[in-house]
Order: sequence, then structure tokens, then C-alpha cells
Amino acid sequence: MPNVAEISAATSRAAAANRRGTARSRAARIGTERVIRGSLLACALLSIVTTFTILVILLVQSASFFAMPQVSAWEFFTGTTWAPLLGEEKHFGIWPLIAGTLLVTSIAAAFALPVGLLVAVYLSEYAPSRVRAILKPILEVLAGIPTVVYGFFALAVITPFLHDHVSESFGTFNALGAGLAVGIMILPIVASLSEDSLRAVPRSLRDAAFAMGGTRFDVSTKVVVPAALSGIVASWLLAITRAIGETMIVALAAGGLASMTLNPAHEVQTMTAYMVQIFTGDAPAYGIEYKSSFAVATVLFVITLALTIVGNLFLRAFREEYE
Amino acid sequence: MTTPPNAPPPRNIDIKPATPVVATAAAAAPVADAQDVAIRAQGLDSWYGSVQALKGISLEIPKCRVTALIGPSGCGKSTFLRWINRMNDPIPGARASGILTLHGDDLLGRALDVVELRRRVGMVFQKPNPFTKSIYDNVAFGPRLHRSFRRADLDELVENSLRAAALWDEVKDRLKSSALGLSGGQQQRLCIARAIAVGPEVLLMDEPCSALDPKSTASIEQLIRELETSYTIVIVTHNMQQAARVSDRTAFFFEGTLVECGSTDRIFTNPANKQTEDYVSGRFG
Repeated sequence: MPNVAEISAATSRAAAANRRGTARSRAARIGTERVIRGSLLACALLSIVTTFTILVILLVQSASFFAMPQVSAWEFFTGTTWAPLLGEEKHFGIWPLIAGTLLVTSIAAAFALPVGLLVAVYLSEYAPSRVRAILKPILEVLAGIPTVVYGFFALAVITPFLHDHVSESFGTFNALGAGLAVGIMILPIVASLSEDSLRAVPRSLRDAAFAMGGTRFDVSTKVVVPAALSGIVASWLLAITRAIGETMIVALAAGGLASMTLNPAHEVQTMTAYMVQIFTGDAPAYGIEYKSSFAVATVLFVITLALTIVGNLFLRAFREEYE
Repeated sequence: MTTPPNAPPPRNIDIKPATPVVATAAAAAPVADAQDVAIRAQGLDSWYGSVQALKGISLEIPKCRVTALIGPSGCGKSTFLRWINRMNDPIPGARASGILTLHGDDLLGRALDVVELRRRVGMVFQKPNPFTKSIYDNVAFGPRLHRSFRRADLDELVENSLRAAALWDEVKDRLKSSALGLSGGQQQRLCIARAIAVGPEVLLMDEPCSALDPKSTASIEQLIRELETSYTIVIVTHNMQQAARVSDRTAFFFEGTLVECGSTDRIFTNPANKQTEDYVSGRFG
């Protein structure tokens, strides 16, 4: 132990060394803070401005679409025929596109939501750490594959399989093949986010259930999943939103024929696939078809916005119950 | 227990734990009547990987008494506690050898049904850990794992478990509301009720009051005293006064060995071992 004199000498030497440093002026300090705060605010504003610009363009173009003499807003929102490219007799009834989108999304969700949750429960509650260390990165790679590759996969693998082993009625383009590919695409989102929320459940809750004689299955289904439910539902909603907005897979594998059908073997067109069709050159620019895609985009925007809002309300209701 | 600033340097703590077998044999006065032994350990060794956490523990824990396990952090008392309900099982590399029995049933063998064991041995943890469920569902959780009940029977079981944990009067009007709305002390009593509801013979308590304020601690300690008539209780505590207040017998662990075990009165007033004396008087630990 150093004695009192040594400590006192050391503190005064430290104080002297400190005084030899150059002071930073108050003005410089405040100026730097101001610049930093200003640039951070600019970054935040950039995203808000972009969002609003997109929204304004959607609304303006939609308005000019509905202002056209050949277009009836009533037909657009209630019509069941979507035939924008067929000569004189054009029809703009959006329901076939909505039906196509919902069909593909439902197939994807029916596959990916339960399977994704099971994968998450396996990874979080059952998998030995070595297995998890291999599986989790693979899932993350899966999430990083460009969606056009999933589109090829649907065309080259899923659809031929369906045609050969399930039913001859599956054509080259069909809703089931595209829906399953979208499901595979959103599976990592569900699995990875759900697993995060399962792992966030405190170890102490699992210990409590194990200590009462719970099996691993009891602990997973009766304690961990209920406690993580809000995070699981959030992952589901995010995945559904991604499925609704998914474009490349459906443009490649679902086809280009807008039809009112619930038959998964049929060719369907989704809202996003229609926009791809228009913007990749099937329609003259600034014509009625071009403008119609903005109206479709607005409807798509409203649907995903509504889903997000409903999801948030739902989550809030759940959170309150658990606090 | 922290060392008071003016305490003399600790003595004897360099005693090598290779020799305490003698001390154990001499100091661990056997429980008077062999039939009253609930848990018996003989030459219990335990490892985490290559680290030996318990070295030849021989200890008898009497039925329907409170036994306190004391000792500095890392001395093995929690490891010992968690072998009694096999909560060490999921820890990678954890293993044990020697003899550990509950009313004569081997607890370490492959034949043991861990689920059945944990039905017989309840546990209360350091931090209150109620499920994110209603008060009622927390208490009903354990029973529902093992049996199916008629509603009236389950209601009765929940009510009496809550009464046994001295919580019924405080929560009877809000059984359906979330357990997380209770205070820390109430939550810990709920965890005790939850453990009781399964119908155990033994209650293990791992520092059950360390996250609670003094008033809640007092209520839990009183509860432990009242539960002793029905359950064999083993409590791990860092609080020497608590061990003195609630337990009938005290076992002092140090560096994986059992240094001394005996009636709480004797351990605190007239310990046979110098290390025990230093620890219980707060000179180290």
C-alpha cells in the first residue's frame, strides 16, 4: 500500500498534467453539437420526405386515372373483370388482382407461419447449440437470396413437381407454385424473428416450469410461446406484409392473367405483377394502362398500411395483458 | 456478508479442502433418528466439465425441518441444492457421482424419472418468476401438468395453495388478473403457492429473499417457519441472520466441501470448526 504522502504527491502531479492540456472552447463545443444535430435531423427528414413524395405521386396519378372518361371509379372498386390491354373493350375492375394477391399470400402464409414458428421453437427450445450454430446462419442466408431466384425455383422445381405428382391441371404458371415459393421466401423472416422473441423470454420462466415437472414440450407450448406471443404475431404480420408486396416471384411464376379464382392450380395475376407488366413495356407510357397501375399501387399501399395499423393495435392489446 | 473494514485478516482460509473429510465426519452430527432423514448424500462429487464443484459431500437432511446451506459464493451450496431436483441436468458438462437419495430413492441413476422427481421436489428461485399469466393460472399450472381436474377441485387446490402461502386474502378478489401486478414479496409467495400446488414433499429455496425488501423478507421467513410442519425445506442463503432465524440445521460449505453441519444453534454459537466460526461471525465470506 502506498503511503499518504505518495498518494498526495501523485494527485497533485495528475492535476498539474491535466492543466497542461489545451481547453476546448465552449463556442466550438456548441457549434459542433449544432452541426451534428442538424445533419441527423436532415437524415430523418429525408426518409419522411421520400415517403410523402411517393404518396403524393401515387395520389396525383391515381386522381388523373380516375379523371379519364373511360374510367369509372365504381367499376374500379367493384368490378370483377380486369382487362386493361385488350383492344377497345378495356375493363378496370380491381377485384381479380386483389383475389390473386390474397390467394398467393394465403398459400404463402398457410405454409410459412406455422412452419416458421415450429422452426423457431426447435431452434430456441430444442436444438443443441451446435445444431443451432449451423441452422441459424443457413436461415439467414435463405433470407438473403434475391427473390428472382425463388421465382426460378418455383418455375423449375415446384411447378413441375406439382404437375407430375399432384395434378395434371397445374400449368406452367399457377398460384400454388408461386405461393409456396413466396412462403419459402418469408419462412426465414418468421423463423428468425420468432426465435428472437422466444429467446428473449427469461430463462427463469423456463426454470420455473421445468422445476414443476414440465417436459420440454410443456415448457415450450405453455410458457415460452405464450410469453413471446406479441413478438410472434409481429413476425407473422411483417411476413404477410412482405408476401403481399412480393413482386418478382409472382411476376415469374404466377402468370399474367387476372382472374377471379380460388383454384390454386390456375394462373393468377397479383397487383404487384400487374405493375411489373405495365412498367416493363407492355403498355404505352402515360396512357390509361400506365396510370391504372398507380391506382392499383394506391390500393396496395392502403392494404399494407391497414395491416400494419391493425397489427399495431393488436400488439398493443396483447402487451397490456402481459404487463 | 462483507468483511467489516476493521476486521483482522481472515485466518485459516488457506486450509486445503483436501482434508475436511475428517472435519465432516466429526462435525456432521447425524440426524437423531434414521427414519426422519429425507435426503441423504454420501460421498457426493460433482463436476462442471473439468471443474469439480462438490467434493465428497456427506449430509443428511431431516424430514419436515428447515435446513440452511450457507457459504461464500461458489462454495457449491447451490450446486448441491440443484442436484436434489436435477436442475443441473441441462447445464453442459454437469455430472455427479456418489450417493444422493430422497427417502431412499436414488436421485442420480439413469432409472430416475426426472418429471416424477420434480413433482416430489418443488423449487423457489432467487428472483420471483411468476408466469405471464393470471394469478389463478400460475397456481394451477403445475397441477395441470400432471393431472386433469374437475373445475371445483382445481378451484379448491388453488385456494388452499394460496392460503398455505399466506396470500389468499390479498388476492382472492383478483385471481384472474395478471400475476405481474403483484408486489415482489407477493410474487415470491405466489411462487411458493405454485410450488406447493404440485404436492411436493420437499421445497428447495435458492436465496428466496435476496431480491426482496426487509418487510417482504420477514413475511417469507415467517411462511418458511409455518411450512416446515408439512414440508422438508432446504434453503440456500447468503444472509447469516436469515439462516439463524429460519433454520433448524445449518450446513456450511466451503470450496466444494462440507465443512460442518449441525443444529443451527450450535453452528452459530459453538461451531466446532475455526472456518465455520470465521464465516458465521462475518470475518470472511
